[in-house]
Amino acid sequence: MYSSLIITNNIHSWVLSLMPAAVTGITEMMMIAMIYLTVFAVLGLFLVLMERKVAAWFQLRIGPNRVGFFGMFQTIADALKLLSKELTGTDKADKFLYNLAPYFLIISSLMALAVFPFSENLQAFDINIGIFFLIAISSIGVIGVLLGGWSSNNKFALIGAMRSGVQTISYELSVGLSLLTMILLTGSLQLSEIIEVQKSGWLIVQGHIPAVIAFMIYMISGTAETNRAPFDMVEAESELGAGFHTEYSGMKFAYFFLAEFINMFIIAAIGTTVFFGGWLSPFGITESIPWLGVFWFLLKAFALVFLMMWFRWTFPRLRVDQLLTLEWKYLLPINLFNIVLMAIIVWLNFTIQF
Amino acid sequence: METATINNNFKSEEYFINMGPQHPATHGVLRLLLTIDGEIIKKVEPDLGYIHRSIEKMCERDSYQQIVHLTDRMDYLSSHINNEAVCLAVENALELEVPERVKVIRTIIDELTRISSHTLWWGVMGMDVGALTSYFYGFRDREMINDIFEETCGARLTMNYNIPGGLMQDIHPNFVKRVKEFIAHFKTKLPEYDKLLTGNIIFQKRTKGVGVLSKEDAIAYGASGPVARGSGYSCDVRKHHPYSALDKVSFNEALHTEGDSYARYLVRIQEMWESVSIIEQLIDNIPEGDFKVATNAVIKLPKGEYYQKVETARGELGVYIISTGGKNPHRMKFRSPGLSNLSLLNHITVGGKIGDLVATMATIDIVVPDIDR
Repeated sequence: MYSSLIITNNIHSWVLSLMPAAVTGITEMMMIAMIYLTVFAVLGLFLVLMERKVAAWFQLRIGPNRVGFFGMFQTIADALKLLSKELTGTDKADKFLYNLAPYFLIISSLMALAVFPFSENLQAFDINIGIFFLIAISSIGVIGVLLGGWSSNNKFALIGAMRSGVQTISYELSVGLSLLTMILLTGSLQLSEIIEVQKSGWLIVQGHIPAVIAFMIYMISGTAETNRAPFDMVEAESELGAGFHTEYSGMKFAYFFLAEFINMFIIAAIGTTVFFGGWLSPFGITESIPWLGVFWFLLKAFALVFLMMWFRWTFPRLRVDQLLTLEWKYLLPINLFNIVLMAIIVWLNFTIQF
Repeated sequence: METATINNNFKSEEYFINMGPQHPATHGVLRLLLTIDGEIIKKVEPDLGYIHRSIEKMCERDSYQQIVHLTDRMDYLSSHINNEAVCLAVENALELEVPERVKVIRTIIDELTRISSHTLWWGVMGMDVGALTSYFYGFRDREMINDIFEETCGARLTMNYNIPGGLMQDIHPNFVKRVKEFIAHFKTKLPEYDKLLTGNIIFQKRTKGVGVLSKEDAIAYGASGPVARGSGYSCDVRKHHPYSALDKVSFNEALHTEGDSYARYLVRIQEMWESVSIIEQLIDNIPEGDFKVATNAVIKLPKGEYYQKVETARGELGVYIISTGGKNPHRMKFRSPGLSNLSLLNHITVGGKIGDLVATMATIDIVVPDIDR
């Protein structure tokens, strides 16, 4: 038997042997933060490569294949290029807000990443309001977008930022309500407990019809939350140039770019945890090997990421009023109805459990 | 029950925004001066002249053979058709009868040019409404046509294949085979276009009822080509004033009456099918014979005025020559389809959103060098 708990316990005792007990807490927090930063960067680099490869396959192209095997180091090369770029800015821009904006995005996505159970006991914070925390944190990102667009002193950026505000605030509701539908099944907001419940069947199976509806609504509004096509009003390159990050260059632009990809992973990871059993293997086939949990978690999350990329590379973009019509006239009423349906199903015990 | 009224104390402010000359949706160096209220467009003013090369003036300096080469650079996506317009004008003025072979080859290449222009438009149309994948599908098929052109005359875009009196050289021995290959390929790929974009509900929502142009307005603004035909105005020069071998083929003029962006889109898709059918009718029957008739080394048109119109991928291109009997035209005027089609942009986009403007502009299918000349 091999569990991630053994590793963490070993590290804990090793740290204890090195320093007084008073500072171990801070040291371990720093270690975890470093690990998460690394995971964050690697994940971002990998997702960018994945997006480019998937896009290439959809578009009859090969995609990056020059730097390293399979173009593995292409994004690293790109990141190095962006690091060496001059940071330009607009005249008369609100410098403080302009420089602050990228950090809102990056910090919100980093904080959201911290609560995911990547495997059994492999979780930085197992807070009892996990889902609530995720929904709350992921809406901080929009402040960054709004500030960035507002402070750039560029009308295209401003239009992009305003679109982003209206879009994210609207779709926040659907994301929240579709997750709430699933919470009716689990009875807990804590992510580890949500996964515990799914040992008797993934929630999308347990909740059958309303769960599938909730999942579809979640994926649609999740895509909208991350400002990706077909909901990329914010950037809409054929309309607004580059939208809210028109005036950003170098690493500041890279922060926006990276945050977009990490947000996509976060949406996929929430979807995995809430609908598809998180790190649980299908039918419990690898229950005896818990460390495979990371593998299953990433596999499911990347399958959902692929789904979102599929959306992006096949659908045209909606117009901004159609976007709001979709949310307020269709998704939200369906969602409210769906919650009632789920409540009835849970009340009458019509769930499917193995 | 009293309906809720919007509080008009809330004042919104119109503002001005520059779209272009460097902007992804303006397809080149067109500058649009937009007056917008939030997202709603109040006024669109195209500002032209960023790529003006005074081609009409240069024509007055050049001999008639040289003029043909300048027309490539107007609407570069229908370069062969532009060349043909000048050649036909000169040939009519000289009362020169070109061989049947030339006529058939010209028409085949015309239609290939039209398909290549429309595939590029289709790709860019998708990109303008946010579906980036269509761009590559369009370019895949366009690439095959460009390869055929390259083999035929050495150039892929600015072809210079026509000369007054015929063609620069005979077609390549592989030409017929490769065109047939392309047609077979394209007939399987055209339904894919519909699968990817035409039937997509988002695409239809973006284009249906957007940028509506009535038939009366189409005529009043001098619109031509797919823009006018999308409004139900039958104006295909190929149908009404057939030139080259177009009187030998049967084809339908693509007409839709809705006048919105979707109708213009459907007209172009249907035109691709019609072009395929025209090529199929001609490709097996290229008559033997010379590929040109001899003309004088220095062509001098008799004194007078000459006009020739052809149907390019964008609409009606008119070539107007005033000759005083010399080796250069006294005055040369091109009636380009792009300019009159662009002139109705303000009329059909006001009141829409920024997204509508982009989608409408894509269906007008402007080529900026054609507008500016």
